Amino acid sequence: MGMTITEKILASHAGKTFVEPGEIIEAKIDLALANDITAPLSLEEFEKVGAPKVFDKDKVVFVLDHFTPNKDILSAENCKKIREFSIKHNITNFYEGGQCGVEHALLPEAGLVIPGDLVIGADSHTCTYGALGAFATGMGSTDITYGMVTGHIWLKVPENIKFVCHGKWQEWVTGKDLILHIIGKIGVDGALYASMEFDGEAIAALSMDSRFTIANMAIEAGGKNGIFKIDDKTIEYVKGRSERPYTVFESDKDAKYREVYEIDAGSIGLNVACPSLPSNVKNVDELKGVHVDQVIIGSCTNGRIDDLEMAAKILKGKKTAKHTRCIVIPATPKIYAEALRRGLFEIFLEAECIISPPTCGPCLGGHMGILAKGERAVATTNRNFIGRMGHPESEVYLSGPAVAAASAIKGEIAHPREVL
Amino acid sequence: MILKGRVWKFGDNIDTDIIIPARYLALTDPKALGEHCMEPLAPNFSKEVKPGDIIVGGFNFGCGSSREHAPLAISALGIPLIIAKSFARIFYRNGFNKGLALLEADIWEDVEDGDIIEVDLSSGIITWKDKQAKAKPIPPFMQELINAGGLINYLKRKLGG
Repeated sequence: MGMTITEKILASHAGKTFVEPGEIIEAKIDLALANDITAPLSLEEFEKVGAPKVFDKDKVVFVLDHFTPNKDILSAENCKKIREFSIKHNITNFYEGGQCGVEHALLPEAGLVIPGDLVIGADSHTCTYGALGAFATGMGSTDITYGMVTGHIWLKVPENIKFVCHGKWQEWVTGKDLILHIIGKIGVDGALYASMEFDGEAIAALSMDSRFTIANMAIEAGGKNGIFKIDDKTIEYVKGRSERPYTVFESDKDAKYREVYEIDAGSIGLNVACPSLPSNVKNVDELKGVHVDQVIIGSCTNGRIDDLEMAAKILKGKKTAKHTRCIVIPATPKIYAEALRRGLFEIFLEAECIISPPTCGPCLGGHMGILAKGERAVATTNRNFIGRMGHPESEVYLSGPAVAAASAIKGEIAHPREVL
Repeated sequence: MILKGRVWKFGDNIDTDIIIPARYLALTDPKALGEHCMEPLAPNFSKEVKPGDIIVGGFNFGCGSSREHAPLAISALGIPLIIAKSFARIFYRNGFNKGLALLEADIWEDVEDGDIIEVDLSSGIITWKDKQAKAKPIPPFMQELINAGGLINYLKRKLGG
């Protein structure tokens, strides 16, 4: 019987020729990741284990991105602990300060994840790396400690769901609109424990940045991982970023899927997920007149250069509405520099946007853009749970960069055509 | 092991931002985290809940982030068990790793807030008022980890042996 790309990666890392859904395996990992929120708990467990060292100093990654620049004394203390651990254990990939970016934009950019890898991270959006044809999934800090010490992790082989997209995309529509459409259709637990595989010519037509956005939000449907076929765009992206040899795995024609969804790309409009679940999805035109206090353009979902380019295209020569704040957060220092080089900052500044340093900050209601009671945000982030960005009675609407930029100009949730 | 406690009902999709909002995640002390548990939905929960009380949830309990602060905050209040229709994947691993028992059972519609329920963890039998239900068995591999005293003890034994 054939296997999916996910099953093949898992089998190869478990030293097996065949695995099937439901099977428990002990798999070799290529990378274990933790951030400034999750690493402190991992390190506490590491102490308890009493291991003398990590399994491989090049394969344990710390990115201090969530509360950077450190928001208070406690978060600074946490970063200090992680820094001291990293110095003691000579950790190669330790990112803070001016090297730091939002982890799931940073790791692929730095070439730390390549096709065929198996990555675990103490962050639920670790599934982002599936865009590279790697298996990547989020776990808690204790599981990451297990991986940091042994170089292995136990995994249950997931069932598979395939999403096949045909046809051509409408103007302004990106991967965000597709993944919101899918989550709206199957629900926030529609892919619970399962692997979400994306295929079809409309997927092949998407940029890597759009693919990262889609894989990023697999967790919002409860998925274990999101994964893409490795193609020329994947290989082009990886080229020059990593010297490690990559492995191309591909789903067999007779691989087994629990469900297969056929999606007409042309039928996908600009989508917005309304409070307080990512599955509460409506077309942007159904939300006319909804006032917006704050717009966030950034995050591990949509803080890449394609996203900033699209926002700038709409914001060019315009101003944000008088009572609407627009915060633009390039996800990494390289994206920041690239946006500056392309002249996007000039557009954002003229539009009276705030340009933030790379941080997860407001996405999780940490800092750098918190909402007051009753305030409403349109954000290109991934979660709109109750109180996610601030006060429990504030609201978050999730969208792609085009709707976010248009809404910043209009001061209300808007389609780009309403402001151009 | 038999657990007996008062029921606190929560609905479907109780996410980790409800269990412990991210603005408190610079905290690592479980007791301090517990003080903010369920704050956005039930601001007085941490003050009113008693050790031994049991949470009953709907579908997809614990969805969202990978933060282990979520099971830590719940455990810190002395809550030993959550019974839900289903659990989000990462929360399920984290619960067991942090010593919080999780049982899948469809009892949400049949219990009321404040009911006293009795749960036999080994058989999965749940009893309250004149009613009884049986939880889905804990997967054998998770049971193995529990028997070993959790993932970290399992790892210690592995390294020691």
